[in-house]
Amino acid sequence: MDKSKTFDLSKTGLTRRTALKGLAATAGLVTAPGFVRYSQAQSSAPIKIGFQSHRTGIGAAYGRWYEKTTAAAIKAINAAGGINGRQVEVIIEDDGTDPGRGAEVVGKFATQHKTDIVFGTLFSHVVIGSAPAAGEAKIPYFVVSEGHHVASTKLNRYVFQPGITDVKSQIQSMAPWIAANAGKKVTQIFPDFAFGYDHRDYLPPALKAQGAEVIAQIAIPPTESSFTKYFPQIPAETEVIYHVMVGPAVLTFVKELGEFYGSNRPQLFGFMDSLEATDINSPGLEFLDGSHFWEGSPRYAQADDSAGQKAYRAAVGIDDNGAAVGDPKDVSTASHMFGCWETLYVVKKAMEDAGYKGPEDRAKLVEATEALTAFAEGPEHPQGPKTFNGKIHQCFGIQNISKVEGGKLKVVHKTKIEDGLYEAEGDYTTQAL
Amino acid sequence: MHFGPHLLLAALEGLVTSAVLALTALGLSLVFGVMRVVNVAHGEFFMLGAVLAWAITTAIGGHPALGFLAALVIAPLIVGVIALVAERLVLRRLNYNPEATIVATIGMLYIIQQLALTFYGPEARPVEPPFSYRILLPWFGYSGYKLSVIAASALLLVATWLVLTRTKIGLVMRATQYDSETAQAFGIPVGRVYGGVFALGAMLAAIAAVLIVPISQAHYLMGQDPLLLSFIVVIIGGLGSLRGTVVAAVLIGLSDGIISVFFSPTLAKIIATLLVAMVLVFRPQGLFGTASR
Repeated sequence: MDKSKTFDLSKTGLTRRTALKGLAATAGLVTAPGFVRYSQAQSSAPIKIGFQSHRTGIGAAYGRWYEKTTAAAIKAINAAGGINGRQVEVIIEDDGTDPGRGAEVVGKFATQHKTDIVFGTLFSHVVIGSAPAAGEAKIPYFVVSEGHHVASTKLNRYVFQPGITDVKSQIQSMAPWIAANAGKKVTQIFPDFAFGYDHRDYLPPALKAQGAEVIAQIAIPPTESSFTKYFPQIPAETEVIYHVMVGPAVLTFVKELGEFYGSNRPQLFGFMDSLEATDINSPGLEFLDGSHFWEGSPRYAQADDSAGQKAYRAAVGIDDNGAAVGDPKDVSTASHMFGCWETLYVVKKAMEDAGYKGPEDRAKLVEATEALTAFAEGPEHPQGPKTFNGKIHQCFGIQNISKVEGGKLKVVHKTKIEDGLYEAEGDYTTQAL
Repeated sequence: MHFGPHLLLAALEGLVTSAVLALTALGLSLVFGVMRVVNVAHGEFFMLGAVLAWAITTAIGGHPALGFLAALVIAPLIVGVIALVAERLVLRRLNYNPEATIVATIGMLYIIQQLALTFYGPEARPVEPPFSYRILLPWFGYSGYKLSVIAASALLLVATWLVLTRTKIGLVMRATQYDSETAQAFGIPVGRVYGGVFALGAMLAAIAAVLIVPISQAHYLMGQDPLLLSFIVVIIGGLGSLRGTVVAAVLIGLSDGIISVFFSPTLAKIIATLLVAMVLVFRPQGLFGTASR
């Protein structure tokens, strides 16, 4: 052995006192609460899920609600006996909504925490930045991101999105409604990064198929804090402004749009991303009245909510207005966070199908997930029924179009799963495990 | 939209940016001019002003103007006290050593930011403007409040200038800036001046933030952009020069508004940064700065 790499205790000056301190610290760690040694290691040790959370950075509002939803789902899963009879434990690491740190966090889960899977990422640039690390570590990576990057088959075999429909499918299923009800000449405003590019690339062909057209596309940097300067680029003949914005400045965006147009505005069709975690009754948003939004899962309780939806809302702790129970100002990210709940139940199903025991079964878990085909609506899938395409690792579900009426969002149209199906662009299952 | 109205909108947007930027940068410039230290945590004092404005308006309720006016007075005072405490506890103990101060204020930046995240949360929260009058121009509508921000900022800048040039406090500050050792020899309490200037700089940032928060919400990361732009403005204008800071703020604000309306916001940032590089190469003391002795 190379001598320079060994520790010579006499030279490092390790005294008896230091050694005793170290011993005491170790003893303290072992007896500390929460530290339980599992004598039968794998059979009863908890399944560990590494949660890559946007705790800080521009995604922080989403991160907090993703954590709440995940905690509620894990509580429900554990109360019902866990996965394969084992309890589930979630380990959270903050990625700062940053792709570089995202990749580091995935590496940390794989090598340091030794989690069974990695889960929970939303922002598409973080997913794209982290996916190679997951592929390299051969650790299954379940994202709740909405972007088309997973289904594009440009990532790798370890990345899945089984809990939320991707943007390409969402757009395709809603384009007929937009063309028929909102208008034929559409101006798009979207954030200048991966998620926005999905909208930029897939809306024009989807609208064209319906006899409508995109007449202008305005990309806005995701860190922008003032938007009025972009509005002159909106052509005067615009009939519909299609907006999808993310990040902390979304409210400013909608407010300034209101100041710019006043009551004499074109139709507005927005993705709820433009207003997630924001009260639609905030000052300055009155002008949204009568406009339409895409919603993944409705923020406001609807008259026809299923029993599963009601139970899910109660478990996560959101009231009929989609805000935290007890704090009406703490508005949730309802359109996206249901995906955490549903993804965890998909992971549970796949782990049970695979007879998953530990990290050595990760490849089996990948294959078991790919073998899934459909998820029925119910307590485990409160947003609605879904189909799953194992070749592109993507699920397909229904979308809601909601109208702002009297300070609430009312679902006026639900798309069908078939409306959003498209031809697969590739096949992950041909890649080696 | 035709060229004329388009340019008008660009100029208005640019002036709002300039107004807020001038106040923020002036705070940074004062601290550097008098104390010869770089305050990297300046943007966080800006953010604190906005977050406190939200807290105060929410606590007071009632007519939005009432809460806003209270915030305009109370938020800068609280931020000033926090800055004063930071100056006493940290900067003074480092003897205002320039390098050590940079590291210490970077630390303060993270501490303030994370405390805001912990106690205020990650959401962007709105503050209602004191009045919501929408000016209807033939081509587009514009927020009346934004125009009032320009006016308020101009008033505050004039007030600061009067304080600096016409009062004893200003005289003491200028004396300390000119030569702190001689000033001390003449009995000026330099330590107290430093504390006051640091607090004043933070308060200017906080006032700017209270003015801007009804336009763009309070968020715990909002301090980063103003910090960067303030540095650009202070370098171009000349460190410690009030006139230079205001001129540079208007220059950067207007060019940012106009270039980003007609071309792209990225190009506006590129040009601003290029301007900094040019100034540093050809006139290192800044457009209105005096060469260091």
